[in-house]
Amino acid sequence: MSTQTAPPAAAAAAASLTTAPASGKARRPRRPRQFTSKAVVNAILIVFALYTLMPLTWLVIASTKNYRDLFATNPFSLGDFNFLNNLSELFAYNDGIYLRWLGNSVLYTVIGSLLSTIISVACGYAFDKYEFRGKDTLFGFVLIGLLVPSTVTALPLYLLASEVGMVNTYWAVLIPSLVNPFGVYLARVFSEGYVPGEVLEASRMDGAGELRTFVSVSLPMLAPGFMTIFLFSFTASWNNFYSALMMLNDEELYPANLGLYALMKSVYQHPELYPLVIIGSLVAVVPLIIAFLSLQRFWRSGLTAGAVK
Amino acid sequence: MAASSVKSPAPPSGSAAKAEPAKPLKPVKPAAAKSARRNQRGAAALFMIPFFVLFAVATIAPIVYAGYMSLYTEKSSGLGFGGTERSFTGLGNFAEALGDPAFQRSFGHIAVYCLIYIPVMIGAALALALLVDSALARAKRFFQIAYYMPHAVPGLVASMVWLYLYTPGISPIVDVIENLGLGWNFFGQDEALYSIINVSAWQWIGYNMIIFYAGLQAIPRETLEAATVDGAGAMRTALQVKIPMIRSTVVLTLLFTCVGAIQLFDAPKLVQLRATELGVDWSPTMYIYNVAFDGHDYGLAAAASLLLALIAGVLSFVVTKIGNRWKES
Repeated sequence: MSTQTAPPAAAAAAASLTTAPASGKARRPRRPRQFTSKAVVNAILIVFALYTLMPLTWLVIASTKNYRDLFATNPFSLGDFNFLNNLSELFAYNDGIYLRWLGNSVLYTVIGSLLSTIISVACGYAFDKYEFRGKDTLFGFVLIGLLVPSTVTALPLYLLASEVGMVNTYWAVLIPSLVNPFGVYLARVFSEGYVPGEVLEASRMDGAGELRTFVSVSLPMLAPGFMTIFLFSFTASWNNFYSALMMLNDEELYPANLGLYALMKSVYQHPELYPLVIIGSLVAVVPLIIAFLSLQRFWRSGLTAGAVK
Repeated sequence: MAASSVKSPAPPSGSAAKAEPAKPLKPVKPAAAKSARRNQRGAAALFMIPFFVLFAVATIAPIVYAGYMSLYTEKSSGLGFGGTERSFTGLGNFAEALGDPAFQRSFGHIAVYCLIYIPVMIGAALALALLVDSALARAKRFFQIAYYMPHAVPGLVASMVWLYLYTPGISPIVDVIENLGLGWNFFGQDEALYSIINVSAWQWIGYNMIIFYAGLQAIPRETLEAATVDGAGAMRTALQVKIPMIRSTVVLTLLFTCVGAIQLFDAPKLVQLRATELGVDWSPTMYIYNVAFDGHDYGLAAAASLLLALIAGVLSFVVTKIGNRWKES
């Protein structure tokens, strides 16, 4: 009865995606007259799911087509299966520049976010656990930093970077991404909540230095907060297109999204590159979706932390 | 300073009874306490210096430098290459930016965008959250994941995929519209705005729906049961109990959306590649990019950036203030 309104595909997907039962709420018995409204509610939900999933579905189907089939066949039907062919062309294009772009993306997003998170957590933790003169003033700077979105400092950063000759380097993209005032703010909140002062006293009592206490006592207790801040920073840097577009001219330094943009612009002169742009987009998105599905728990806590802020 | 003695190694008296025998040895000695305090101050500095150095280099310095740049203008001396000279204009660049119809128009575009996008996005996110929260919904977990999925896609890639979905010849949507005999050009002068709004809606409805849903889940069950006992139907409970209870979350989302909207770049930049009537300076960020990289007028671009930063700062300040007031109450 209950699954009748959901199509088999949705039900199967839900079954494979959920390890836990659908929701924590107890199910109350329902009266049969609600059957139609149940159908309507689930129909609306399915229609919207089609909207959110359709572009990605199209991307998967389009990535199996060669240039001729892209335009000749129905967008949602399969042509000749050229997926692997497209993939090898993508990685062969311009001496394998796409692999380099992916590597750069990993550098900018994974390494950058990891460093940024360590820096933010250490700073937020110090704001919470230590007392010193001028602490409030200093925290005021963090709050001001929080008010200025990175998009609006992108051009000033470019101007400064070009003055000191750092435009068109890895550093021009990496260094700005390390500054995350929101991460510091969150880390302070998490530190208040997760690391009780008594634990630090005990650790000091045992003769551990401050650094050791932070690394081996406090940091493990801050792990969920660390993950949340990491994901925030990760999202920000993989969405960062504006400042990378300003900072980088040398395509060897491009992250994947900037590379795809350059490729897409050249499609107007070289339409045969269409399949490469499409499969390139898919290759850029798939790892993110996998990461997102496997880290769901942390996403959710991050979302609510953001909302509470 | 006074507070630091509270935090220094003297253990809380409550734990004294179960403390190890070694305990009394350390904290009694004032010298040890003093050195511990010094250690702590050193540690605090160690933990904070990396952030503040980077903050100074990558946030404060650029803003200060842009402030300096915005006071000068570069005039080409007419001989072309390298023949520019820099002259002081005071606030001339700010006046020029504020008086530039293109800059003014770009804010007008964002205002119109917000007027349509915000009700659609918030309305849809709220409606979906209420539907998923209702007892009638099945496969709740699946729907949440499906709705949140677009947020995992980088903004630029999302815009690119939609750009293709708007392009006749490869787009299934355009096919459907043509088969229905309707004429809709996604890149038309009027339609392009909706094409941009759709990309934003696709990216954000699910994200905000999850936030609203988390708020709805936090409503005490007793409250909802009381409403049911009082004879309120599902629709009335939703409108008169559930929505008012997550009101603060909704308003905050609305404000965050405004802060995001004035930074809009990726979607209009890509849509504009085809919908050329939009103009290369459709949004404030596009205007700045265009002034700097096509016009090479860095002074004007710096002034426009600072004005945008000011607006963004004031907007975010309002958001934070309102957020804090709700958190306290």
